[in-house]
Amino acid sequence: MSVVSMTVNGKPASADVEARTLLVQFIRDELGLTGTHVGCDTSQCGACVVHVDGRAVKSCTMLAAQAEGAEVLTIEGLAKNGELHPVQAAFREHHGLQCGFCTPGMIMTAVDMIRRKPDLDEETVREELDGNICRCTGYHNIVKAILAASQEMR
Amino acid sequence: MYQFHYERPKTLADAEALLGKADDPKILAGGQTLIPTLKQRLAMPSDVIDIGGIKELDFIRAEGDAIMIGAGTRHATVAQSADVQKHNPALAVLAGGIGDPAVRHMGTLGGSIANNDPAADYPAACLGLDAKIHTTKRLIEADEFFKGMFETALQDGEIIKEVTFPHPEKAAYMKFRNPASRYAMVGVFVSKGPWGVRVAVTGAGQNGVFRVSEMEEALAKSWSPDAVAGIKLPAKGLNADLHGTAEYRAHLITVMAKRAVAAAG
Repeated sequence: MSVVSMTVNGKPASADVEARTLLVQFIRDELGLTGTHVGCDTSQCGACVVHVDGRAVKSCTMLAAQAEGAEVLTIEGLAKNGELHPVQAAFREHHGLQCGFCTPGMIMTAVDMIRRKPDLDEETVREELDGNICRCTGYHNIVKAILAASQEMR
Repeated sequence: MYQFHYERPKTLADAEALLGKADDPKILAGGQTLIPTLKQRLAMPSDVIDIGGIKELDFIRAEGDAIMIGAGTRHATVAQSADVQKHNPALAVLAGGIGDPAVRHMGTLGGSIANNDPAADYPAACLGLDAKIHTTKRLIEADEFFKGMFETALQDGEIIKEVTFPHPEKAAYMKFRNPASRYAMVGVFVSKGPWGVRVAVTGAGQNGVFRVSEMEEALAKSWSPDAVAGIKLPAKGLNADLHGTAEYRAHLITVMAKRAVAAAG
């Protein structure tokens, strides 16, 4: 066991964990932030996407120790002062979710995508969602929500 | 995942020292293959030496007629690099097509070629561009580096430092993705440069990436999609699985080679 420390949603977070602890386990089990989901656990589905130092990563495919000293942002850290982030608001407005399981990862991926590519079009959004799977197959409204949010955030 | 001892050295020298001391170590770069492998208990290293925090491995430098890329450079960084886009756009496109955006934020050049997955993209770029692979011990030509499925010329304790990609005159990479895994069923990298013509194929060979000399000779005579259109490879030695037969992959090599030559212009 060794102590891993990082900043999660702006607050310092530390826990004494085994070396094999995944970042998603650190976030969910040690910090109790269960908004980040584990879908496939095999790096395919993207339900576990969080931001590490500003970049979207799959937290089931990263050791907690690899994020030592990093700034981590999870779905719980997006809303500010009780106001939904524009991407969250767009998912609600455009019904960008069905069962909701993939939603945290979809939203974290979308925020990262809009940061990197402010001029999104539908084709790009669909390509960028390569690593996120919605088992309800609700992609159409997810794409609509991301496009609307990117317009809103321009 | 089995238990292991973890270290995150800050310098290459420290990483080498740790590798030397460990019983059965594994190097962790971006972890996009190693971590899934550990999770499935397909590997049981005594020590995981994480080189992801070594800053001297993370750089892109254009110098003279080549680009040097640090082994720890992430795929997303290569894809977005203005230098790579300018001097070697085919390499930028290839890096931008590996995995998905989250994987590209973690996966590294060195990790990809050290692993030498038979369907990985970077081995095709290295072989197709006559790249030089610099390690902590020596310089290895791409032709000598890839030794077979998941096998390379790397020795125990040897760490890839950087890869030198000479600028091509023309180059392109085309891959036919498996519709489910998105890995290359067949990927073909073609180039023309001071080294002549190269055609490197990934995804198809039972022994990993390989060159197609017949296509290289044909393209050296006439650089056009038609030059390779009539070249059919034997199915022998190609992968066959539930996604496609060896004959199908042989067919795809010709199709992807044609498209790559057309894309390279």
